[in-house]
Amino acid sequence: MRRAELVVIGAGPAGLRAAIEAGEAGVEVLLVDEHERAGGQLFKQIHKFFGSQEHFAGKRGFDIGEELLARCCELGVVIRLSTVAYGIFPDKVVGLACQGHVEHVQAERLVLAAGAQEKGVAFPGWTLPGVMGPGAAQTLLHIHRVLPGRRALMVGSGNVGLIVAYQLLQPGAEVAAVVEARNNIGGYLIHAEKLTRQGVPIYLRHTVLRAEGEAGIERAIIGELDDAGEPAPGRERALDVDCLCLAVGLSPLTELAEMAGCQLAYVPELGGHVPVHDDNMETTVPGIYVAGDLAGIEEASMAMDEGRLAGVAAAESLRRLGPDEAKAHKEAIRAPLRELRLGPSANQVASGDGGEPSHGYSTR
Amino acid sequence: MRVTNHPILGPLEPAAEVTIVLDGRALPAREGEPIAAALLAHGVRRLRVSDKRREPRGIFCARGQCTDCVMTVDGQPNVRTCITPVREGMVIETGGPPPAPATSRPPGLRPINGAS
Repeated sequence: MRRAELVVIGAGPAGLRAAIEAGEAGVEVLLVDEHERAGGQLFKQIHKFFGSQEHFAGKRGFDIGEELLARCCELGVVIRLSTVAYGIFPDKVVGLACQGHVEHVQAERLVLAAGAQEKGVAFPGWTLPGVMGPGAAQTLLHIHRVLPGRRALMVGSGNVGLIVAYQLLQPGAEVAAVVEARNNIGGYLIHAEKLTRQGVPIYLRHTVLRAEGEAGIERAIIGELDDAGEPAPGRERALDVDCLCLAVGLSPLTELAEMAGCQLAYVPELGGHVPVHDDNMETTVPGIYVAGDLAGIEEASMAMDEGRLAGVAAAESLRRLGPDEAKAHKEAIRAPLRELRLGPSANQVASGDGGEPSHGYSTR
Repeated sequence: MRVTNHPILGPLEPAAEVTIVLDGRALPAREGEPIAAALLAHGVRRLRVSDKRREPRGIFCARGQCTDCVMTVDGQPNVRTCITPVREGMVIETGGPPPAPATSRPPGLRPINGAS
């Protein structure tokens, strides 16, 4: 059986940064990803990132992706694409499948950074063509360069919903509205203001009731919600749209962690069930680390920091970094990460316990 | 529907053209792009009809996870068109398989909610 010092599963922002940190410490890294291109969702992110210089502030996602990939190549990280990690077996054996061929790799350490999947909302007509995840709209717009529709409705006002709504406007699509079931806008106001300046209404306490059309969505019926969160009678309106994006959150892809026997905890603020981990990103299974959306839904900037922590911790446990060196390294990552979580981007997680988050939200 | 000029990404880079055939109709596509994107560029949103209720389905995740966009490609059913690149002369069919025939149920099992 092939052996690898460190196997990183998922070549998105978290996995790439984990591979780089470990690679810089001299660890031999195998990075696998099921897609034919590395970078995760970075290459469809055309907005500028926030945070500090360590977080690539002011740079756009696709440039960050290029930079991280180039660094991995410099370090000799082995990247295997179109390769599905289909299972974790006892003693950190990873099952890989590529174009019908199966291989098992014995890993000494493992970083799980498989990311997340979009949640859906079921309503009559949600299966019609033109109803899609915001990630699909971004992929069509930025990678394949096709408009997902001429006039869209965005469901959900978190950052994903706000950013993708704006990204629909950029190449000339219309956005009929953003609807948000809650009383307040979920994402940063700076993103919301960019939409309202363009005349896009954001309807709070509204939801989509149904989608109608023949070969695809032609209109969406939205409605106001009453105090109980139920659609208020007579408070409906129809919007002519040929695209509807469901930006209603993400859920961590925890299957591999579960299969490996990692203990999970239910943390709604992090998107649901997430692997319990310490402030080294190590799970309850020694030698298995998690990073990025799989460890809890946050932004790409936080995912990158978690990846770095996991990479440093894995290198330390493989004795490629001395304790002092590793400690200094980790503190240099944790301080800006704390800032990031407390900043304008800090979500409910940071305020959940009312005090300063100890390394964010260590769940162990 | 093609984004030829984008304020951030710039003009669309030229690509070689290939011809694909959708239900007998020849359509130009950009070499290397996924089938579903090529079809959407021509305004084709309905990629298949569902087996049971014969309802239209199209792109949902655009990353190979949800399988809503599967079509019959060069005779092979259930091809995920959002991640399968176009090739010259590719034959693509919307029809999909016929509705699943009614199967005999093992004794003792009854349909739920009167479904047949």
